[in-house]
Amino acid sequence: MSEKFYIQKYCTIKNNVVSVNGIEVFKAEISDKKEFFKSVYQFLDIKYSKFFKMDNLSKLAFLSAEFLLDEDVSEEKNTAIILSNNASSLDTDRKYQDSINDSENYYPSPAVFVYTLPNIGIGEISIRHQLKSENGFFVFDKYNASFHFNYEQSLLQNNKSDSVLAGWVNIDGDSYEAFLYLISEKGEFEHTENKLKQLYNT
Amino acid sequence: MEDLKLELKKNIIEVLNLEDISLEDFGDNDSLFGDGIGLDSIDALELIVMLDKDYGIRLSDPKEGKKIFESIEVMAAYIAEHRTK
Amino acid sequence: MSKGVAITGMGIISSIGKTVEENFHSLINKTPGISTIDGITTVHKDKIKVGEVKITNKELCNFLKLPTTNNYSRTAMLGEIAAKEAVKNAGITEINSCKTGLISSTSVGGMDLTEKYYYSQFEETENRRFIESHSAGDSSTKIANSLGITGFVSTISTACSSAANAIMLGARMIKAGKLDRVIVGGADCLSKFTINGFKTLMILSETNCRPFDADRTGLNLGEAAAFLVLESEECVKRDHKKVLGYVSGYANANDAFHQTASSKDGEGATLAMKKALKVAGLTPEEIDYINAHGTATENNDASESAAIRRIFGENLPSISSTKAYTGHTLAAAAAIEAVYSVLALQNNTVFPNLNFETPISETNIIPETEVIQKELNHVLSNSFGFGGNCSTLIFSKA
Repeated sequence: MSEKFYIQKYCTIKNNVVSVNGIEVFKAEISDKKEFFKSVYQFLDIKYSKFFKMDNLSKLAFLSAEFLLDEDVSEEKNTAIILSNNASSLDTDRKYQDSINDSENYYPSPAVFVYTLPNIGIGEISIRHQLKSENGFFVFDKYNASFHFNYEQSLLQNNKSDSVLAGWVNIDGDSYEAFLYLISEKGEFEHTENKLKQLYNT
Repeated sequence: MEDLKLELKKNIIEVLNLEDISLEDFGDNDSLFGDGIGLDSIDALELIVMLDKDYGIRLSDPKEGKKIFESIEVMAAYIAEHRTK
Repeated sequence: MSKGVAITGMGIISSIGKTVEENFHSLINKTPGISTIDGITTVHKDKIKVGEVKITNKELCNFLKLPTTNNYSRTAMLGEIAAKEAVKNAGITEINSCKTGLISSTSVGGMDLTEKYYYSQFEETENRRFIESHSAGDSSTKIANSLGITGFVSTISTACSSAANAIMLGARMIKAGKLDRVIVGGADCLSKFTINGFKTLMILSETNCRPFDADRTGLNLGEAAAFLVLESEECVKRDHKKVLGYVSGYANANDAFHQTASSKDGEGATLAMKKALKVAGLTPEEIDYINAHGTATENNDASESAAIRRIFGENLPSISSTKAYTGHTLAAAAAIEAVYSVLALQNNTVFPNLNFETPISETNIIPETEVIQKELNHVLSNSFGFGGNCSTLIFSKA
């Protein structure tokens, strides 16, 4: 049953640069990550005001996915989403904690609280692209190519999904990093553990 | 009342991250939920926090919010009547 | 069609018991573990009810014989207690005698310590160790280390469906031959962070929660940990293991509707149940009991009821939510409910849905309100998390 699958497209967002398939598509020297994400959103020129409600981690996941998935939601796509990171939702957890720290000025924010889970970003991508397939979020020390390769290969080989959007989306303090890729039956690079490691490290 | 309506619009745009809407586009009678400004259930909860934080009005039942948050016009009238701050 | 993946051990600690046996007794004696909160000082103390494990951190520490300089969060302690019970229950003496892994899950992680010590750690440097245990992976690492597991360890964080996804992944890894044995489950403790967060979403009930009742007013938060030991057929045969039950079906789907609310027609839930039945090779008629997600929020129970009707139509199996006993234990929920599903199969017993009086008019689902004895062969368990993450597990009799 060992069919071959391919990395159709991959997107990296880090250090103020967005690259798709290894080629730089956008760059902006903006040190504030929220403002940088806004500039990427504007570059994409999509009308999706819900973007502004998202927390930083969901924005990063959402934006990376935008470069990989097309806008057409007329046909239901069986695309699974498997993401991972190291800091979970820490960036947003801190923001939420700030809203409940001061007992004199105590106003917990529901809009911030709902993002204190790393998988909400998957929810946002699913809502945008109407993806109702399997989805999971894993916490590892660092990007685990072996785990991802086995999981995604298994989903495709067993026909659980037709394609898989997967990768690493992490925010910790000021640093952010996204490495997202779309695996399906066709693409430029064969889906192998080594290829994933190589693409992640470039 | 006009000042309060403007203040509300500014606060709502800021608190709810409505970056796509300008003050000029924000009509007093536009429906805040559904087809108008397009707020959702979490936004409603944030508005409840805002009512408490900025105007000292405490709502205990989220359903009360539905009527009060119909539009800026309705919201301003309610706040003017019930505010304690 | 294979029976599924064998369950050879279980462990649990919740507000209704420190062990599997204690939990079972509470379930059949209709003794819920819902009360006002004792262990956390919160402004909401008199306004909420919780499923709290009435054991202090100090007592948990002593029970686990942890050194005084430890940095175990409450989540990690609860998790370790449950995991150890599961491993003992499975009769495992040499943990690495075959390829063994651990897949745990959590949403709170070490937040209970971080919220206590975050500000003081700047001056009191001896408190810094408590901040180090904040991360979601920390409790998994601690549990793995305490059990001596050197193989695959991972942590799933998908809110309230986390442990179901852990069980699902574990079962798949065994089927794929990646592991011979895996300890799967989750742990979450109560914390101010979650209490305040859920309060601000206005979905907490001031009274004991009422799953599936037309007049339900919200959920009770809870804390717990539970783990199952899953083993391959070869391991079971080789060690002549007693099989407690099988994980025969599992699936996950996304509701794609809203960050936290579920769609009116329960699309994600319907897809998850449908796919799980397919994996198990079962028809809806073959399900004898549904241990529902049933958090008692207006939204979930309406959405889940709609999904149940879509799958089962007029032929409903016995249904109940056990959250009126334990509260909603977030990432641990699917794990404790997996234990309850296996107990149900072993004892041919359906546990009641407490505090129910009036059905939701649109779907008219009437859960079991008494302890029912009936032959059970297949139990379906639902767990739905924020982010539209919907998971269903099916357990079958050994």
